[in-house]
Amino acid sequence: MSEKDSFVKFENVDKSYDGESLVVKGLNLDIPQGEFLTMLGPSGSGKTTTLMMLAGFETPTSGEIYLGGEPISSIPPYKRGIGMVFQNYALFPHMTVNENLAFPLEVRKLEKSEVDEKVHKALSMVELQDFGTRMPLQLSGGQQQRVALARALVFQPRLVLMDEPLGALDKKLREQMQYEIKHIHENIGITVVYVTHDQSEALTMSNRIAVFNDGKIQQISTPDVLYEKPDNSFVAQFIGENNQIKGKVKSMNGKNCVVETDNGDEIVSLKININSVGETSLLSLRPERVWVNVNEKNYENNFEAKVEELIYLGDHVRTRVKVCGNDQFIVKIPNSSDHSDLKEGATVKLSWKAGDTRALDFKA
Amino acid sequence: MSSETISGPILTSDGIPLKVSLRKAEKRNKIRAFLLVLPLLAFILITFIIPIGDMLSRSVDDRYINTVFPKTFEVFKKWDKQDLPPEEVYETMFFEINAAKGYKIGKSSTRMNYSKSGWKSLIKKSQRKFKRIKEGPYKEQMIEIDKRWGDPLYWKALGEMVDPTTMGYYLNAVDLKYDSNKEIIAQPENRRIYNHTWIKTFKVSLLVTLFTLMLGYPIAYLLATLPLKYSNLLMICVLLPFWTSLLVRTVAWMIILQQNGVFNNLMVIAGLIADENRWKLMYNETGTIIVMTQILLPFMVLPLYSVMKTISPSYMKAALNLGASPLHAFWKVYMPNSLPGISAGGLLVFIIAIGYFITPELVGGKDGQMIGNWIAYHLKTTLNWGLCAALGSILLAVMLVFYWVYNKIIGVENIKLG
Repeated sequence: MSEKDSFVKFENVDKSYDGESLVVKGLNLDIPQGEFLTMLGPSGSGKTTTLMMLAGFETPTSGEIYLGGEPISSIPPYKRGIGMVFQNYALFPHMTVNENLAFPLEVRKLEKSEVDEKVHKALSMVELQDFGTRMPLQLSGGQQQRVALARALVFQPRLVLMDEPLGALDKKLREQMQYEIKHIHENIGITVVYVTHDQSEALTMSNRIAVFNDGKIQQISTPDVLYEKPDNSFVAQFIGENNQIKGKVKSMNGKNCVVETDNGDEIVSLKININSVGETSLLSLRPERVWVNVNEKNYENNFEAKVEELIYLGDHVRTRVKVCGNDQFIVKIPNSSDHSDLKEGATVKLSWKAGDTRALDFKA
Repeated sequence: MSSETISGPILTSDGIPLKVSLRKAEKRNKIRAFLLVLPLLAFILITFIIPIGDMLSRSVDDRYINTVFPKTFEVFKKWDKQDLPPEEVYETMFFEINAAKGYKIGKSSTRMNYSKSGWKSLIKKSQRKFKRIKEGPYKEQMIEIDKRWGDPLYWKALGEMVDPTTMGYYLNAVDLKYDSNKEIIAQPENRRIYNHTWIKTFKVSLLVTLFTLMLGYPIAYLLATLPLKYSNLLMICVLLPFWTSLLVRTVAWMIILQQNGVFNNLMVIAGLIADENRWKLMYNETGTIIVMTQILLPFMVLPLYSVMKTISPSYMKAALNLGASPLHAFWKVYMPNSLPGISAGGLLVFIIAIGYFITPELVGGKDGQMIGNWIAYHLKTTLNWGLCAALGSILLAVMLVFYWVYNKIIGVENIKLG
């Protein structure tokens, strides 16, 4: 693999804090130059630890991390030249915005005029030119966030790390900042490693997403692949909304298989993460890939379902039904005149394709 | 009440009933709040405000002697201060000394002695011998009884007592005095004790503040950054001295520091110092500084700790990440953020140290005495309360000046004690 394809490389990295359990287990990860990679996972999944090892605040228990081909485990954080945006921004409260931005430049002993120029440029990038003389605490959360971003970029690092940088902002501001960060990344082409537990944030911004759970990367791929083709039941469940049906594999045939649910229904699905007939599988099916009262011939799976609950959401009706013994099955029904007769307690016909149903692993 | 609320909305159009009822409601709250703080207020008034006011007034009060010799001072004012006073002054003095009650004349003569030593014995002697004088003129007869009555210096010394207030105590507190013409002059060399002690007091207080900061800062940092289970243990170690009697701790230090004490013995056993060259660590300034540093350490650690606890560890991480070496990051980022704690701790330790008494008294010896010890000495031994009050007032004023400077530079609202 060329250096460009693995600008950042984790090689068999383990991390343990207490010597009894591993927080990160045998991590292997290559990040090409210029990529926006998001580490996504629930809290305690090891994603922040991984980021901290890259920044140099934690050392790997074993394994090695490479940056631009160089092993960096023995390099202290202040010599790594990696920019970082912290969760609570970590702007120095006793310095003005200008001083905060000048800090990394002055440490590098740049000329005063050059410092001023770069600070101004960085502030312009985040559209805060007029706020240079303010103290960080005089700024709103969104402005502080932008200053933190500018500070992480002002010394032109090779790599920028972001540790849940938008966690403290309200929803609307968060969405706006997602686009801004995405655009800055596109404009300056810097490599970004982003940590979040918010899947919509990950889907919006990333080139690739690494889904972490239990100290391991469960799947690493582009946002669309992750959503549409999850490799295992954790990824399927963690990203987007997902119907899960438990069953036993009855037969396997080419790329398909038949799974029998507890109440005897047989569902045809793609064979993704199962190995043998007889094992338990969790089927994964997106709510928007289920159809109501349509021509049965076009679909491999057709079942009668009882409507349990209707939630009106404007453009669609979120419908909870009982099908194949599962009463937590969600169907998103478009708000059209065809479905005006939907009532709680009514019986409807559900249809979906085998190609939209993925037979995944089951973890008890 | 209910009739008011019903008629309220109608009447509020002119705005008055609403305000009236609001004031009525708030008045009850105000009274309740006042009653709640009343006991403390009364306590502070009786035990703090009044004594301090009394102390301040005592430091300039010179009325007492004016009540004993009112007529003498009246005629004294007419004297041209040349040669000896006229017969009239001798006469009134004679009668007022005879008329005064025993304790009154004693107290007055003590006061007169502050201006010119010798007055007390002169009055005592005169009181006994004045019985011989049956009638005037008195001047010659008084001088015959004691030659000092014929010394103009004694008479001139009375000049500074004529006014009901005096700056004499304050002058004395900084090694100055009035001369016989009520001009301010320096005390004679051999009687200068206070300026030297003032300087020592500030020096010791500053050094103790500095040492507690140097020792306390790393401890506070550890306290603020260690995991809870270790920091709790460390906190108990810091607080333990707090729970031990001050006297016990000071005496313990005496055992450690004396020339045949634990420290010197260990050093001799270890061969680091010769038996005949044992260090003098006690009954001098060194002892005062060592023991006060230990005793005042918690007052530095606790404010520092409470400030450091609020400094997010991500500041240091950010500074390192931005390329600053750990030392640079500490100096430029951590230290400035801990400044409110440094100044709060420094102010607290300095103010406590400047008025310290017990420790210098016990371990300070002759060399390690501070101004507090002189105050205690005059309070208990010489009973010169005017001088005590002047010394105490200067101490209070110095503290207020420090507080004011601190407020100007750093701002009192930045103090964090917990």
